Amino acid sequence: MNTLEFTLLVSMGSLLAGFLGSLTGLGGGVVIVPMLTLLFHVDIRYAIGAALVSVIATSSGAAAAYVKEGYSNVRVGMFLEIATTVGALVGAAVALHLHVSVIAIIFGLALIYSAFSSLREKSEQRTDVAPDRIAAWLRMDSSYPTDKGMTQYHVRGVPLGFALMFGAGVLSGLLGIGSGAVKVLAMDQAMKLPFKVSTTTSNFMIGVTAAASAGIYLSRGYIDPGIAMPVMLGVLGGSLVGARILAGATVRTLRLVFAVVIGFLAVEMIYNGFAGKM
Amino acid sequence: MTTPDLRQDQRMDQIMAVLLRSGVSLAASLVFIGGVVYLLRHDLPAINYRVFQGEPQELRTVSGILREAATFHGRGLIQLGLLILIATPVARVLFSVVAFLYERDWTYVAITMIVLALLCYSLFGGGGL
Repeated sequence: MNTLEFTLLVSMGSLLAGFLGSLTGLGGGVVIVPMLTLLFHVDIRYAIGAALVSVIATSSGAAAAYVKEGYSNVRVGMFLEIATTVGALVGAAVALHLHVSVIAIIFGLALIYSAFSSLREKSEQRTDVAPDRIAAWLRMDSSYPTDKGMTQYHVRGVPLGFALMFGAGVLSGLLGIGSGAVKVLAMDQAMKLPFKVSTTTSNFMIGVTAAASAGIYLSRGYIDPGIAMPVMLGVLGGSLVGARILAGATVRTLRLVFAVVIGFLAVEMIYNGFAGKM
Repeated sequence: MTTPDLRQDQRMDQIMAVLLRSGVSLAASLVFIGGVVYLLRHDLPAINYRVFQGEPQELRTVSGILREAATFHGRGLIQLGLLILIATPVARVLFSVVAFLYERDWTYVAITMIVLALLCYSLFGGGGL
């Protein structure tokens, strides 16, 4: 395989990953690392560097659209970014000292979690949430567009959300993923934000979290232009196409298929980690 | 306790959206141009990525990447595009600091300054970790 063939194959794989990731809401980053390591036999450190870069690209691209529509809560996002960036710095620093097999095993477990959480039922309407002292002081309560016009909502559980966000940051820095699943869990479950606000604010935050770890990966020489170039362009292109396709019944089937594929990749990564084949 | 001025927040959101989109577009264009240059000059067997070696010093630091890109090397141009991409969320946070200053929302000025400091630490001093 020469350089041109490698570049073309990786960009096609990344295009598909970005397309499915944006269509199913799982993000393209999660399958990049298994694809590069299992299929193209790329060292996991290069793979994580390339995945991080693609995560920043899709997050910033999508955040631009969502911010404009008024779904994401900028204050909640900014406050929680303190937790995710500290977490990302810790995660990236720890990753430099962990054996690649250990990283592969943790990666597999995180993949299983995100596949599982993508199949969970989404809760949408919340009108029973009482105001909270900390959230009020931080002026987090806001409104978002619904069928009935702008709807007010209250925010709760700030300390728990903050702690979960630290965990999301550590995973992001360690594995080069956006940790969207954990971020949504923190905002949707712990802080009781409307689901649509949780997902868009999570997307908005992913870029900042990933940038915090990417700086460290770059200065450590983990970001290789030859790999990051086809991955970044492929995932970005695929996600832009995916975002234009309306979500419907086929998406539910697709999400299930994608979740199963991710599950298989996860098992193989964990197996390779234990077998010392990374 | 006053609620944040919604109209002001919305205008801030609009500018932020333009900022994010321009950053990503500029980065993607540079990576693409760099990729074409790289492939035209790189008609060799693929590099073995199975063995981790780490990037040379000139592709790791901000100043090194700028020097490499100035000589129109493919890898340097790609890396400059990636650097702009990484800098896009940083620029967004910097813009938020200014926007909250303008709103005289001191709590959020402090919060965004902390995030900005953490990002700058990662980008300029993180190699020592």
